[in-house]
Amino acid sequence: MPDPSGLAAAVRRRERPALARALNLLDDRRSESRQLAAELLRLLEADMADEHGHLIGMTGPPGAGKSSLTAALISVWRKRGLRVGVLAVDPSSPVSGGALLGDRLRMKTSSDDDGVFIRSLACRGEFGGLSAEVWPMSLVMLAAFDVVMIETVGVGQREIDVARMCDTTCFVAQPGSGDSIQFLKAGILEVPHVLVVNKEDMGAVARRTLSELGTALGRAHTDGNWEVPVLAASATAGSGIEALADALSAHEKVLRDSKCLLQRRRQYRAQWLLKRLQEEFGSHGIGRLGGEQRVLERLATATLSLFEQHQALREHLLGAADKTHS
Amino acid sequence: MSQDTVKRDRPWLMRTYSGHSSAKASNELYRMNLSKGQTGLSVAFDLPTQTGYDSDHPLARGEVGKVGVPIGHIGDMEALFHDIPLDQMNTSMTINATAPWLLALYVAVAERQGVDTSKLQGTTQNDVLKEYLSRGTYIFPPGPSVRLTTDLIAYTVENIPSWNPTNVCSYHLQEAGATPTQELAYALSTAIAILDAVRDSGQIPAERFAAVVGRISFFVNAGIRFVEETCKLRAFGAMWNQLAEQRYGVSDEKQRRFRYGVQVNSLGLTESQPENNVQRIVLEMLAVTLSKNARARAIQLPAWNEALGLPRPWDQQWALRMQQVLALETDLLEYGDLFDGSPVIEAKVRELVAGAEAEMARIEEQGGMVQAIESGYVKRELVKSHTRRMRDIESGDLSIVGVNCYRETAESPLTAGTDSGIMKVDVQAERDQIAALQAFRAGRDAAVVAAALEELRAAAVSGANIMPSSIACARAGVTTGEWSEVLREVFGEYRAPTGIDIAMAGQSGSDAMDEVRAKVRQTSQELGRPLRLLIGKPGLDGHSNGAEQIAVKGRDAGFEIVYEGIRLTPSHIARAAQEEGVHLIGLSVLSGSHLELVEDIQAELAKIGASELPLIIGGIIPEDDARQLQAHGVQAVFTPKDVDMNAIMATIVNIIRRDNGLQELA
Ligand code: B12
Ligand SMILES: Nc1nc2c(ncn2[C@@H]2O[C@H](COP(=O)(O)OP(=O)(O)OP(=O)(O)O)[C@@H](O)[C@H]2O)c(=O)[nH]1
Repeated sequence: MPDPSGLAAAVRRRERPALARALNLLDDRRSESRQLAAELLRLLEADMADEHGHLIGMTGPPGAGKSSLTAALISVWRKRGLRVGVLAVDPSSPVSGGALLGDRLRMKTSSDDDGVFIRSLACRGEFGGLSAEVWPMSLVMLAAFDVVMIETVGVGQREIDVARMCDTTCFVAQPGSGDSIQFLKAGILEVPHVLVVNKEDMGAVARRTLSELGTALGRAHTDGNWEVPVLAASATAGSGIEALADALSAHEKVLRDSKCLLQRRRQYRAQWLLKRLQEEFGSHGIGRLGGEQRVLERLATATLSLFEQHQALREHLLGAADKTHS
Repeated sequence: MSQDTVKRDRPWLMRTYSGHSSAKASNELYRMNLSKGQTGLSVAFDLPTQTGYDSDHPLARGEVGKVGVPIGHIGDMEALFHDIPLDQMNTSMTINATAPWLLALYVAVAERQGVDTSKLQGTTQNDVLKEYLSRGTYIFPPGPSVRLTTDLIAYTVENIPSWNPTNVCSYHLQEAGATPTQELAYALSTAIAILDAVRDSGQIPAERFAAVVGRISFFVNAGIRFVEETCKLRAFGAMWNQLAEQRYGVSDEKQRRFRYGVQVNSLGLTESQPENNVQRIVLEMLAVTLSKNARARAIQLPAWNEALGLPRPWDQQWALRMQQVLALETDLLEYGDLFDGSPVIEAKVRELVAGAEAEMARIEEQGGMVQAIESGYVKRELVKSHTRRMRDIESGDLSIVGVNCYRETAESPLTAGTDSGIMKVDVQAERDQIAALQAFRAGRDAAVVAAALEELRAAAVSGANIMPSSIACARAGVTTGEWSEVLREVFGEYRAPTGIDIAMAGQSGSDAMDEVRAKVRQTSQELGRPLRLLIGKPGLDGHSNGAEQIAVKGRDAGFEIVYEGIRLTPSHIARAAQEEGVHLIGLSVLSGSHLELVEDIQAELAKIGASELPLIIGGIIPEDDARQLQAHGVQAVFTPKDVDMNAIMATIVNIIRRDNGLQELA
């Protein structure tokens, strides 16, 4: 079993074997591993007060070109001297639990580049959402990379999960498919911070989708202070990628300038921990802690680190459960 | 009846697909084969030549001169045809992504021989679409690839009128698992894509277009179900005739004839009891010869030791003799078509045509063959068919004598020799080739080379036909790697869909499958996270079937599978394994370069601090090599005789368990 403090230090030194081990640990469901994982996260979080890194979520319908765009963005970011981590979330097979993790295929960049690290994840979450491991993994990635991207087939629960986890969300639309527009209008699609129509090399049909999306969208984001850019790009032709990278970092800058970044991250973390508690103890358990609102408040105002707080709440509930059983 | 009173048909062209080590060694082999009565040449190039790398490129390591002849420049091409006058030879070249380049070298050598280049006869395979689906030696994205194919066709139709500029291939599709219907549908859809592209390129005046259609030939497979295969070839003829007439308005019947060459099925040739392959090969040959109206123009046969490794001259001679016995000793060539009018045959042909037309309509709906390849549709359909085939072999529904039935055997004398019954290419050949290449480069006029490459680049960018500037490059002493690199820069490179993202093979598997799933699940629980495998295809090897089937099976068994397709560098594979946190790396290598590649991957793993990852390998691995690999830490070696994939999965689980200090499961 790895030693969390050594591991945390090595991750911060961006050592690739340590990073891989840390991600493995976060994926590990054995209870002794969970303890170590919590400790690792606590150590890393303590060091994250500097709000390092930019966590970007990229969603969109299957085949829109998310992986191809990610690959194109990676080379732009690398040219700008940024180090990039990617979490690629693939839908898993429900029957056997097996999965094909194929997204790397389209993300192939220079293979000897230490500044890029891609980890694929089978989407093992409930109700089609993201699996619980994704978010803590993104924390580890943030400790070692300047830009961290979570890429997943989105629309529906998974897309909402991504939006509730990342600093910036980017939705990739497929030319000619009306779905995205319908979803946006119906409010099924969480409004992204950046909207991009990929495959602009397809010509007229891409332009039409671009203008339809432009009008379907109210432009101003509920975040306030942010006008949602609607961009066109082509991953294969390499056009519009710089502009997309610019738009993503413009949003990051807005967050930083308005001092929202840390607050947002804390809020998301609290929500995520609430979800874990819900998963583990059900709404009944949350009720015993005084309801969702109360739990969120406790998590948000905690003097303890989030993970210590989470642990404390768990132990509280576990203790209570023991008593009722005895 | 005495033989001289009977009018016999002329036999088909008899070829042997060959080439190895160096141009000089291959030239000797060719001249020997010709002296044995072979009537045409079929050149096998090594993988670096096929994928556009010079012999000293890092990716070429272990591959130079191995599965074919290395041709790096005009000097090599000249040596290959030394004392073989090109105006008297019919040469078939299995070359695709770099086809314009190899044809350019061939033309330039003909010039040097003082031969009228307009008289050249032969074939460039030049069908890149099936490379994305099966053969794997593509370089550029589909758009530019189709353009290069088109350029070569337009050039030869106008300048080398007896050349077969493209061999639309269904052979390789069957080798990747295609059914007869799929072979028909995908080959004809490919022909449509290419002919439409030639037409739309505007390089050929409309009134000459029929000549283009007339020059299209096919390269077809013939499997063991030889009655159905005969029907498939009759269906091909009928459908092509109709297509040429209706879609392209070809009025001359001769230009609508379905002209094809054959290599018979090799996928079904076995490692176990390899002598049985002889009868398989002969029966398969019947499929493409019995029906006079659907008879092959040229035939090349694999050898009995196909699944063991590369054939020796004697093995190839045996294969050639099979053809000669059929053509010369039997009465086959004395008769007209044996099947015309047979209602049984006609019904089967109709059934195949109907199936193929339906599939072609689906391709058309998707915008044509290129789109259906890019979207991954066609590859998925092939992987599905192959998965079905493998399942049937495993379950015994598909009988393969010596493999899943009648397995008891006496010791075979065929493999008893010191060479284990296969040819081994001398490792010195690679070093010699590299030294010769470097000497050649040093002796060139660098300015002339640079100017020729600039012209090539200009043509690539402007859309001008690529052949004239390529021929100029050949004359100037440009190398294969240089020609390809310029086009790589202009066109970019491509990675084709892997096709393994198919729906799950079956909800409830067999008992054996359920057992494996339980083992995977149990081990995942004990190790705290899902078991992960990386299936890696290192080097230039394009044989993807095995990797695909292991990947599909692995997912079915409950593993999380990382598979990124063919042609990855050792360093890429090592890094991906680390980044993905896999429990085990499984390599698949069929090209023969397993020793070098495993060594390289182990070195890369050590470099990134991941030496602890267990490594297994599958493919064409001779026993001696298997022992050597295991002595160097490879945990298991699988070969074609290991058809029980549930057992393979169970072994993998146990290797992972052992590696993690868990008790092995029975
Ligand atoms: C099918 C085939 C092809 C197809 C490949 C289609 C595809 N997409 O895969 C086509 C027609 C395209 C082809 C082309 C060529 N081929 Co080929 N091909 C074969 C053939 C007939 C069968 C291989 C196969 O697919 N078997 C079915 C699969 C399921 O079996 P398998 O890969 O062996 O996998 C099983 C086990 O080995 C094991 N396994 C394999 N990998 C792994 C990995 C792991 C992790 C595990 C656990 C297990 C495992 O499990 C599998 C289940 O049983 C073999 C001969 C033979 N009969 O074996 C020649 C053969 C491999 N080909 C050969 C050659 C030379 C070529 C060419 C290079 C020729 C040329 N000069 O151009 C070309 C180019 C290919 C390229 N780009 O590299 C040679 C290789 C010689 C050598 N090693 O010394 C062979 C041995 C034939 C010969 N005797 O000459 N080929
Ligand atoms: N014409 C065109 N095709 C593109 C472009 N980007 C991606 N594609 C193609 O679209 C297909 C899907 O690309 P991916 O990058 O795998 O898309 P994805 O959204 O990650 O797909 P999933 O992971 O399956 O959801 C591939 O065939 C790409 O080649 C583009 O800019 N133009």
